[in-house]
Amino acid sequence: MSEWQPRILAILCNWCSYAGADLAGVSRIQYPPNIRVVRVPCSGRVDPLFILKSLQAGFDGVLVSGCHPGDCHYISGNYVARRRFAILKPLLEFVGIEPDRVQFSWISAGEGERFATVVTKVVEDVRKLGPSKRIVKKA
Amino acid sequence: MKKSRNSVLVLGAGIAGIQASLDLAEMGVGVHLVEGTPTIGGRMPQLDKTFPTNDCSMCILSPKMSECVRHPLITLHIKSSLEKIEGAPGDFRCTVIERAKYVDPVKCVSCGLCEEKCPVKIDDVFDEGLRKTKAISRYFLQSIPSEYTINAGHCLYLTKGVCRLCEKVCPTGAINYGDMDREIELNVNAVILATGIDPYDPIGFGHFGYRRYSNVVTSLEFERMLSASGPLSGHVARASDGRAPENIAFIQCVGSRDISIDRNYCSSACCMFAIKQSIIAREHNRDLSATIFYMDIRAFGKDFDRYYEKAQEQYGVEFVRSKVAEVRELRNGNLELKYTFENGDIQHREFDMVVLSIGLQPRAGSRELSGKLDIGLNRFGFCRSDTFRPLNTTRDGVFVCGAMNGPKDNPESVVSASGAVAGAMEYLDAARYEPSAGGGGVPEKHVTGERPRIGVFVCHCGINIAGVVDVKDVAAYAAGLPNVEHAENVVYACSTDCLETIKSRVAEHDLNRVVVAACTPRTHEPLFRQTISEAGLNPYLFEMANIRDQCSWAHMDEPEQATSKSKDLVEMAVAKARGLTPLERLPIEIDPEALVIGGGLSGMSAALSIADAGHDVYLVERAEDLGGNMRDIFFNFDGSDPQEFLSGLIDRVLGHNRIKVWRKASIEDITGYVGNFRTKLTGESGELEELSHGAVVVATGGQEHETEEYQYGRSSRVVTQKEFERMLHDGSFPAGRLREVVMIQCVGSREEGRMYCSRICCSKAVKNALQLRKRKPRANIYFAVRDVRTYGFAEEHYSELRDSGALFFRYTPDSKPTAELIDPEDPHSRVRVTVLDPVLEKEVVIDADLLVLATAIDALPENLKLARMLKVPLNSDGMFLEAHVKLRPVDFATEGIFVCGLAHGPKDMSESLVQARAAAGRALTFLRKKSILAEGTIAEVRRERCSGCGYCQAVCAYSAIEVDPEEQVAVVNDALCKGCGACVASCRCGALDLRGFSNIQLYSVFNSLVRETAEGVVN
Repeated sequence: MSEWQPRILAILCNWCSYAGADLAGVSRIQYPPNIRVVRVPCSGRVDPLFILKSLQAGFDGVLVSGCHPGDCHYISGNYVARRRFAILKPLLEFVGIEPDRVQFSWISAGEGERFATVVTKVVEDVRKLGPSKRIVKKA
Repeated sequence: MKKSRNSVLVLGAGIAGIQASLDLAEMGVGVHLVEGTPTIGGRMPQLDKTFPTNDCSMCILSPKMSECVRHPLITLHIKSSLEKIEGAPGDFRCTVIERAKYVDPVKCVSCGLCEEKCPVKIDDVFDEGLRKTKAISRYFLQSIPSEYTINAGHCLYLTKGVCRLCEKVCPTGAINYGDMDREIELNVNAVILATGIDPYDPIGFGHFGYRRYSNVVTSLEFERMLSASGPLSGHVARASDGRAPENIAFIQCVGSRDISIDRNYCSSACCMFAIKQSIIAREHNRDLSATIFYMDIRAFGKDFDRYYEKAQEQYGVEFVRSKVAEVRELRNGNLELKYTFENGDIQHREFDMVVLSIGLQPRAGSRELSGKLDIGLNRFGFCRSDTFRPLNTTRDGVFVCGAMNGPKDNPESVVSASGAVAGAMEYLDAARYEPSAGGGGVPEKHVTGERPRIGVFVCHCGINIAGVVDVKDVAAYAAGLPNVEHAENVVYACSTDCLETIKSRVAEHDLNRVVVAACTPRTHEPLFRQTISEAGLNPYLFEMANIRDQCSWAHMDEPEQATSKSKDLVEMAVAKARGLTPLERLPIEIDPEALVIGGGLSGMSAALSIADAGHDVYLVERAEDLGGNMRDIFFNFDGSDPQEFLSGLIDRVLGHNRIKVWRKASIEDITGYVGNFRTKLTGESGELEELSHGAVVVATGGQEHETEEYQYGRSSRVVTQKEFERMLHDGSFPAGRLREVVMIQCVGSREEGRMYCSRICCSKAVKNALQLRKRKPRANIYFAVRDVRTYGFAEEHYSELRDSGALFFRYTPDSKPTAELIDPEDPHSRVRVTVLDPVLEKEVVIDADLLVLATAIDALPENLKLARMLKVPLNSDGMFLEAHVKLRPVDFATEGIFVCGLAHGPKDMSESLVQARAAAGRALTFLRKKSILAEGTIAEVRRERCSGCGYCQAVCAYSAIEVDPEEQVAVVNDALCKGCGACVASCRCGALDLRGFSNIQLYSVFNSLVRETAEGVVN
């Protein structure tokens, strides 16, 4: 049996971060294959429940990424998201989910390299933490 | 070529050409977009970030690029040139040469194999020669159209008859060495020129060592270095030793403001460009120090001065006012700058790297083009246009926009593009039209209530995907997933034959959902949606899995991992597809009338443009007379008479049968949304009237700042520039001697409380000083200035004034000039002005016969009330805040409302005119349509769950959701909702959902990878 591989869900906004992932691909920048991407219109669409549900569904970590502050295609969606995550973070810690398991970042459409760097970091951080057990659904 | 009526040829596909094309196409006008390079986009894709927001340039541009290439009314002619315009305005015959591409764009799937194998390396023009590309290539990675072209001048086969490697490796047989240049004839009603500018080539600046010293680069080269997608991936390094520079010098005005090279104009954008680059460079490396060597910092645009302040305070950028005399290379590759201060002192300093802030100049070949198209140029070789006809060339029916007629930044280019479109409307058919919903008329199959029957198509993309991912395995896996009725492999999903395959499979297997596992939905989703709607399915019953960009290309050395990831992505897409529902884009009727608020230059011009296009306009002015601030302007640099123009404008407005004017009117209330506004106003009679209209143009103007500084109001000899201009006009100078005249700039501007540049005062003061010269040749004129911001072609007049002997003293906010009345009792007292001369380093005292103050431009306090009614934002200075400072500069985020003139920010007459036309042009993109289609992916409310808390209303940036005060439930306005979903995730009752990205759909995606094992559930 090979080494345990973390599974990460990446929720990316359509206009910046998803495009950044595309650019990473077009530029053939290599990064760990542990992420699964879900596209949403805007980071403002991300309900904190999405993160909890994903962890519950067995993902070991979640990355949420949107446009840089000021760049939002929908004017202010990423600010709404930022406020929401600022509140979610301590709550996650409170219920015993390690802070590194859930990460937020801002990646623009021009930052393919950054996308790869962020993904690599998240994967490594979660790898160190080991499998997520805290709120995984039991059969 | 068949004759096409109601169409326009746009030459140049930079941001201006793209904007003009999109606006025209939105109005139902056919567009031929002719571009010389193999891609649209122009200069903007070369930029990393844009000032003053540091927006990523490609992020904001690429949606417009893809919209442009997809629009059915826009025909692209890349690698093409415009040779001739014959005929009369309204019925032009244009000759265009389309150069050979040697690659069939229909067959090319942009796989890139040809480029990989091509043996010929050439300098990459897009990356300013900092990287190599091949003789067959794309102009840049995100080029649109994305197909490859061959550079005939470098191709071995086309030049020497050997090689043909690309032909051998091309999997689709797209290479065609026999391709020829083609001459085509296009019949159009009008032409818009938008060929842009070239950067100045500093090769002539031997004393700066460009090309001789490897660590001296141009600002454009530096921009590519900063860019994350550039040749250095954003890691700035010195060419000499690869070391990251620790201190960088920026030298301003290289190729600008320089009489010796006949460029006595200001390139307008380079100061901000250098400030931006120094900020970005600092963001990349916190220890870096940046020094800008400059004459004047011309941060004159909206919010530019704040950016300049930020560079100094937050980023520690150093600004040194001096002239660089020489750059010398030292042994370690460092560069020593020798520079002179205004007082003649000379200093030397060493830097790791030098960036030359190169100016903007007319495009190479613009003289030849002007000859071919019979249009005039100004003395610097820019396209000629006049103050009051700023978008017209010297040839009727041929318009100009972008930087072709003078240096401009991005938003100004975009504004002028929309303005040129409004100008071209004069020659177009004014009939309104009904936009089609697409689908090619195929009736839509009813699928609601049916069991999902999903078809999955796994694309090979040649070897792009299949070379890494086991696509057969992925398709087999997909076939075993619940509700998947059919799964197959396709070589190129996007090729015409595969699209036909998808359509026939929908019929054969009675599919009601389609999943394509291929590349990115950002470029290809529209194509596949169109395809399934041609097969009778609602276009929203489609989902994509991106197994190329996210799997095969990102994990090239891990085929097994890439394959299992692909399976997961397909499984997630299938899970999403299972829950997809058909969505409808509801039509919203548009009232054809427009309301224009404000009867100054901007308001009247906007009203005329809209009325001339055949729409009724309601023009509302609060004052007794039309004309606004322009009533106080009497002179122009070019000698034209503003008052003559103004009275002509007023006559046209009052005589226009489609414009109804209210004077001494006030607006009581505005409700409604795009296409359906209702306005209550009271006119002169005091009677309340109600109007309905489809669009609103805000042109309320601004006002001169009332100062208490410098003895203003205490002597008749202290006047504002506005009062001075009237004095010059009617000769009402103060009695007696008029020998000593002092002008103080930035009165109220660029300081606490008004941290912005009022933009026009420097040019206005220079203009008035030159007028004074004519009338009182013996008067001594003294200026107290901070930076002289005579941007663009006004620079020439600034030189003229200096040459005529006017003296300029620099002051800073800490060492402001002072003014005292010589006889405080006398209401006509002369004024003793004391100003510190930094050159002589001592105080200069002038007993002024006249003191003229360049007072700031203030926002109107009334803006607040109007902003609340319209639900649009103001900036911190009280001026109206546009939707996007770069690319939506006259739109508000709320659709159907537009802004122009001083209400938006300080600007001169010509700029106001352009912006007014632009607001009119943008309004016409709505008004020309009988209806528009609302988005399909919009928020919806489950009324029974809503508690009416109003949190959704607070987060919505588009004012698209409101709590109904009677029913206490939120109501979504389908016309305004953009589908971002911010309200949905904010809803505390779970009453909101987003169609197309619903909670259930997304949860099923998150849960799709749950696997049950003996140890419980893992994924």
